[in-house]
Amino acid sequence: MSAVEPRNPRLWTFHGGVHPEQHKAESTQLPIQPATLPSRLILPLHQHIGEPAEPMVTKGDRVLKGQMIARASGYVSAPVHAPTSGTVVDIDDYPIPHPSGMSAPSIVIEPDGADTWIEHQGIERYQDLDPSVLRNHIREAGIVGLGGAGFPTSVKLNPGHIKSIDTLILNGAECEPYITCDDVLMRERADEIISGLKIVAHALQAKEAVIGIEDNKPAALEAMHKAVAGIDNMRVAQVPTIYPSGDSKLLAKILTGKEVPSNKLSLHIGLTCINVGTTYAVHRAVHYGEPLLTRIVTVTGGAVGRQCNVEALLGTPMSDLIAQCGGDPDRLASLIMGGPMMGFAVHRTDVPVIKTTNCILAAAKADLARSRPVMPCIRCGACVEACPVNLLPQQLYWFAKNREFDKVQKYDLFDCIECGCCSYVCPSNIPLVQYFRFAKGDIWVQEREKEKAGIARRRHEARLQRLAREKAEREARRQQKKSALDATAAADAGKERAQTQMQAAVERAEGRRAAAMEQAEKRRAGVDAGPGTDPERKHEA
Amino acid sequence: MLAAVLALTALAATFGLTLGYAAIRFKVEGDPLVDKIDALLPQTQCGQCGFPGCRPYAMAIAKGEADINQCPPGGEATIRALADLLDRDPKPLNPEHGQIKPKMVAVIDERRCIGCTLCIQACPVDAIVGAPKQMHTVVAQECTGCDLCVAPCPVDCIEMVPLQQSIRTWQWPYPEQKAVGSAT
Repeated sequence: MSAVEPRNPRLWTFHGGVHPEQHKAESTQLPIQPATLPSRLILPLHQHIGEPAEPMVTKGDRVLKGQMIARASGYVSAPVHAPTSGTVVDIDDYPIPHPSGMSAPSIVIEPDGADTWIEHQGIERYQDLDPSVLRNHIREAGIVGLGGAGFPTSVKLNPGHIKSIDTLILNGAECEPYITCDDVLMRERADEIISGLKIVAHALQAKEAVIGIEDNKPAALEAMHKAVAGIDNMRVAQVPTIYPSGDSKLLAKILTGKEVPSNKLSLHIGLTCINVGTTYAVHRAVHYGEPLLTRIVTVTGGAVGRQCNVEALLGTPMSDLIAQCGGDPDRLASLIMGGPMMGFAVHRTDVPVIKTTNCILAAAKADLARSRPVMPCIRCGACVEACPVNLLPQQLYWFAKNREFDKVQKYDLFDCIECGCCSYVCPSNIPLVQYFRFAKGDIWVQEREKEKAGIARRRHEARLQRLAREKAEREARRQQKKSALDATAAADAGKERAQTQMQAAVERAEGRRAAAMEQAEKRRAGVDAGPGTDPERKHEA
Repeated sequence: MLAAVLALTALAATFGLTLGYAAIRFKVEGDPLVDKIDALLPQTQCGQCGFPGCRPYAMAIAKGEADINQCPPGGEATIRALADLLDRDPKPLNPEHGQIKPKMVAVIDERRCIGCTLCIQACPVDAIVGAPKQMHTVVAQECTGCDLCVAPCPVDCIEMVPLQQSIRTWQWPYPEQKAVGSAT
C-alpha cells in the first residue's frame, strides 16, 4: 500500500477539537460476529428523522423476512421491515432507546426460526435507471443514515434544484471513542461499500468521491485503498485522528477546505456526505433487493466480557446482545447508546437495537469518569479553544442558563453540533452541551407554540367575523320582515280608505235617493194640500 | 430682509408639503403596538385576564389600562416578552387572574353528551364540532385549553386533562433537574 499512500490528497484543518482516549482496540480483536436470533424483536415505528412509519400488519399476522411491516408516511420518512420470519405478537408502546426513556409505538415479532425470505430481487443494471427510480428503490428498502443521525437516504440522494454534486464524501472517519462498527465493516466488506458508493454517486450524478478515514484505522485504510484501486474519480484520504473529525460538515472541511455556511446544508456548497454503513446497505438493497434488516453494532465497555462487533437484527433487545458478548449485569454501571461523547444513557437494558444504534457501551464503574462537582464558570476560555465550529460556548452557556433565548440565537446556537468538546475540556465540569440542548429544545417548543397561537388567533378571528356576519344577516332579515309588514299595513290602510270612500259614496247616494223620495212624497203631499205650498220653505221651517 | 422671509417661507412650504405627503403616503393602518402585543399573547382566548379575548387585552395594555401580568396561560415567558417589548420591569403573575397550570385540552365524555350545543357556542376557536341533539366532540389539535366550555355544560361531561407528553414533544430538561427528570 505504500505505493498509494504518498498520494494522500491535500487536507485542511478545523479549529479546536479534542483527543479523548480512544478505547477502540478492545472491540476490534474479533471479526464481525453473527447475532443469535432473539426470542422476540421489537421494531419501533420511528427509527429515523422525519415522520414515523405506519403499520401495515395487525396482531397475529405471519410475516416473512424482508416483508415491509410499516410504510413510510410522508416524504421524510422510512419504512420498517421484518428482520426475520415469524408472527406479529403485539403492536403497542414499548420502551425505545431515547434520552427521554419513554415508550413509543412498536411492532413486536416472535421469530419462527425458519428465517424464510420474502420474494426479492436486485436491480441488474442500475446505471440504466433514472436516479429517481433508484431513489425510490432505496426508499422502499428503508435505508437511513447509519452513522447515527438516521436521515432517510432517499431524501439525501435527491439534490433537488441543486443539479451538480462536486464531491461525494464517504464518511469512514469514526472519530468517537469506543465505536468501531465502521472500522470493521471497512476491513471486511470494503468492496461492497465501494459498490454502494458507486450507486450513490450515480444517483447523485457526483463528479468525484473522497473517502475520509482517520489514521488510527490502518487496516481499514489498506482495505479501502485496495477497493478503490483503478477507479478514476474515487480516492481514499487518510485524515488525522482528532475528535470530532467524523462530523459530516467538519469532514467536508478537512477534505475539501470548504465550510458549510451557517443555516445551510452541505448540499448548498456542492457536497454530500454519506456513511460507509449506509453505502453498504445501499449495495445490498440495489444488487440483492434486500431491505435494511441488520446493522453492525459495537458491543463494548467494561461490563462486556467479549467486546466485539455484532451484525445484529434490528429490533434485538440490547440485553440479548450484551448477554451474547458475555456481559456481566452486576458490573454494568451505565448503558449508553452511541459513544461517550455524543451518546445518551438508556434507562433499561431491554430496549431494542434500532437503525441508528452504532454502539452499545455497557460501561462498568471504571469506564465512567468520576462524577466531579460542577463549579462556577471561571471564564477561562478553554471551551472556546476546543469548539470545532468556532462558537463561544462560554457566552452561550451564560445566555442559556438565564434563558435568554434571543441572545443564544444571536450567538448561533443552532450551529452547535453538540459534539461535547466544550464539556470535555471544561475545568469546572459544567455540562455545557446539556445547557445547549435544553436551550434548543425550549426554542423549538416556543416556535411550535407560536405557530399554534397563530392558528388559534386566525380561528378566533374567523369566529368573530362569522358571529358578526350572522348578526348582520339576522338584522337584515329583521329589517326585511319589518318593511314587508309595513307594506301590508300600508296596503291595508289603502283598502280601508277606499272602503270609507265607497261607504261615503253609498251614503251620499242613499242620502240623495232619500231626499228625492222625500221630495216626491212632499210633492205628492203638496198636490194633495193644494198649490202654493213650498216644500222647501216648509223644510226650512 | 424680504429675501430671507421669502426663503424661509419657501422652505417651510416645501417641508410642510413633504411632511403632508408622507403622512398620507406612509399612513400606518391600525395600531402596530397592539399587533405586537397581541403577537406575544398565547391566543388561548380564555378571558382570565378580565378581557374578552387576547386582542382586547392587548388593546388594554397598549392604552395603559391593564398590566402585563394578567395572563396565566402565557406565564412567565409572556410576561418577560411583554416587559421586553414595552421596556418595563417584569413582575410576577397577578394571582387574581389565576395560576400557571400545565397545558390542558378539553375532552368530552361522549356517552354523557346530550347534544345541547352550549359548549360549541362557548368555544372561542370553534374547536368543538357537533349539532343539536347530536354528540359533540373536541378537535384536540385546535383546542387552546381555555376552560370556557366546561361551565356551560349542563351535564358536566367536559373535563380538562393535561396534554400528554410524547417522544416528539419531549425536550431536554434544564441541566440541574436532570437527575430527577430522568425516569419518566
